[in-house]
Amino acid sequence: MTPVEPITGPRARHPLEERSVCQGPQSLIEIDRLSLYYVDKPAFQDVTLSINKGCITALVGPSGCGKTSFLTCLNRLTDLIAGCRVSGRIMIDDLDVMAPDTDVIQLRRRIGMIFQKPNPFPLTIRRNLVFPLREHGLRDRGQIAQTIETTLRDVGLWDEVKDRLDSPALALSGGQQQRLCIARALALLPEVLLMDEPCSALDPLSSGVVEDLIVSLRSRYTILIVTHNLTQARRIADHAALFWVQNGAGRLIEVGTAKQIFEEPRDPLTAAYVSGMRG
Amino acid sequence: MAQTLSRPQNLREWFAVALVWGAAALVTAVFCWLLGDIVWHGLSHISWTFLTAPPENAGRRGGIGPILVSTCLILGVCLTVSLPIGIGTAVLLAEFTSDHSLFGRITRRSLDVLAGVPSIVFGLFGNAFFCKTLGLGFSILSGGLTLACMVLPILIRSTEEGFRAVPTSYRLSTAALGLSRTTTIVHILLPAAVPGLLVGLVLGVGRAIAETAALIFTSGYVDRMPESLLDSGRALSIHIFDLSMNVSGGDANAYASALVLVILLLAINGTASWLATYGLQRKAVTV
Amino acid sequence: MLIVVFLISEALPVLRHVGLLRFFTDPSWHPAEGLYNLTPMLWGTLFATTGSVLIATPLGILSAVFCHYYAPPVLARPYRHLIELLAGIPSVVYGLWGLVVLVPLIAEVQPPGPSLLAGILILTIMILPTIALMADASFTNVPQQYLRGAAALGLTRWAIIRGVVFPASKSGLFTGVILETGRAIGETMAILMVCGNVVQTPSSVFDPIRTLTANIALEMAYALGDHRAALFASGVVLMAMIVALVVSAEWISRERLYGSDSEQTTESP
Repeated sequence: MTPVEPITGPRARHPLEERSVCQGPQSLIEIDRLSLYYVDKPAFQDVTLSINKGCITALVGPSGCGKTSFLTCLNRLTDLIAGCRVSGRIMIDDLDVMAPDTDVIQLRRRIGMIFQKPNPFPLTIRRNLVFPLREHGLRDRGQIAQTIETTLRDVGLWDEVKDRLDSPALALSGGQQQRLCIARALALLPEVLLMDEPCSALDPLSSGVVEDLIVSLRSRYTILIVTHNLTQARRIADHAALFWVQNGAGRLIEVGTAKQIFEEPRDPLTAAYVSGMRG
Repeated sequence: MAQTLSRPQNLREWFAVALVWGAAALVTAVFCWLLGDIVWHGLSHISWTFLTAPPENAGRRGGIGPILVSTCLILGVCLTVSLPIGIGTAVLLAEFTSDHSLFGRITRRSLDVLAGVPSIVFGLFGNAFFCKTLGLGFSILSGGLTLACMVLPILIRSTEEGFRAVPTSYRLSTAALGLSRTTTIVHILLPAAVPGLLVGLVLGVGRAIAETAALIFTSGYVDRMPESLLDSGRALSIHIFDLSMNVSGGDANAYASALVLVILLLAINGTASWLATYGLQRKAVTV
Repeated sequence: MLIVVFLISEALPVLRHVGLLRFFTDPSWHPAEGLYNLTPMLWGTLFATTGSVLIATPLGILSAVFCHYYAPPVLARPYRHLIELLAGIPSVVYGLWGLVVLVPLIAEVQPPGPSLLAGILILTIMILPTIALMADASFTNVPQQYLRGAAALGLTRWAIIRGVVFPASKSGLFTGVILETGRAIGETMAILMVCGNVVQTPSSVFDPIRTLTANIALEMAYALGDHRAALFASGVVLMAMIVALVVSAEWISRERLYGSDSEQTTESP
């Protein structure tokens, strides 16, 4: 497998404009017959899916069909939920995510996650970024300062907050908070970003800013995004996967390129959902 | 993957686990030791006769009958006085004063301070005011009154919480029906605030029954059966204190009395939590 | 309110006769001879309180951390019940245990036994439930999303607790410390039973001490005249300490809430 980029080493940066990665599809994540149960109630069942490196994959579908649960499996946040049982296999490169001896801490560093509601810690803006870096072993002050600046620039927040890095993060607006959360995830040099409806708690303007940000991250990161906003999914995604509730459990109905899903859906459910939303 | 987890982090987590479990184990061990000690030494002495018989030989032998009676009487006095005052003040605070009015703020602030005042200071006050100024002397009455002062802050605070928990819609709808404020309070708010009141009451009783310092120089030391409220009577906690400090060889009975006291308190606390849950349930049903 | 008035009026004669300064400058505490130096007892109270707060705070917070984040549910529930139970045990009972078990134990290490150390230990045990329950309550209030967010960043459990949970529950923990300090200052009976009650400024933890509260309890029974008034004066001192505590607590928490959160880049060891 490719070794994880050590966080303390020189900070390699992929050029932002490198769009080619998604053109020659190369699979990064392989999900095989994944199911998840809360106690005895299935959240989703038998999902088999492969995620291409450097692409944005949108997960769409009605509420309650297990999209969010699906995301939390990928970085094993499911471990935090009592009574939650997962079966199946997830391979990222050749790392078996569900294997009991997998180092969860390191896994979660490789896979950043953005939540629906922005959740900066009740610390200062700076501390929000410094604290996770330091916990992951980055001690050099110069490097920390450098990382803060580059990640904040990446999310377009630098000019807005550079003069008040030491004010509370919770004083930022919702959109700024969400971008700070993205910066916080990016600072750890992840390969994959999981985004759980990152725009749905924001006003339209901030939502647009965050959406542009996500597009700009394409190809540098492999992105999985859950969204209810079909037009948004269509605008930004390279691939799309439709989830639907069947027999009381979420299932993967159809997966393909965004173009195919939105313009020539094969499954009638997909067609109905996509057109229903459009009309 | 393990090699990429930097070593200090791993070590620190391990250290934290050890620290947290260690602290918990230490605390549990000490407390089990304490409780075990009391139960072990106390249990062998407790019997029906111990609970009813009068103490003999300064408490070395015999029982705690009169002491239990005095304790109950002191509590009784304390409650008869503090309940009406407590409820009255709580109603005043919750219904007739706004959060920001000067009077409300001052009263609330002084209640907070009062709740933190050491019990011995209450004892001093009780001694000066009830025993000397009002001329009640060392008596169950002064003891009960002193305790009432001590319990009041708790009582008022939790009753007030109870009142505030009553939905505003109740108030609005009764006002819309053209009922007077007094009617509203008596018929709607009081019943709805009963759970909060009970919890406060039980907490207050718990604090009162455990109290020693405030009683030493208000209710007195005498360990015979009290004849009237003006008689001096010895509370259970003072009995324990006296047996262990001033009476050599009184340890066994001190332990037994301590066990009785702890069991009483457990029963009281149990009632409090039961009431709290029950009250909440009932509220959920009625709303 | 009436209480304050009364305390002060009872203390007034001595203040008038003796003057405030002499409480601190007199050579010793011999009320019968008209010497009223409160300082040794003030020190006694201070040492016992600080000592016990210093021990009880980390232990109590760790206990709450254990309950919330480390213990399997099977253990967490009984542990919480145990702490709740201990919060309700009266101080005399702690004192009794300290007298019968702890003091002889200390006497074996370093006579005489009744000492500042015994006082600190007993106070620690007594106030631990207070801080543990407060910490427990404020941890419950830490929003779940912080925890999930922190876990998603791949932070270890301890890092999450230290970096996210503690800052988020700062004010609750702070209130807990204030409450326990208040309780420690005011505690009378347990301290009276285990501390030896010798009026002196302690020079080691094995020295017996007498605290302000114990002094009142001990001498009230036979005090008369100025002596009695002096005891009331020490009551006023106690009261003043509590008021100062409450006020400073309020002041600091307001500062923390509304002032700029300027204690950021604090290095953690």
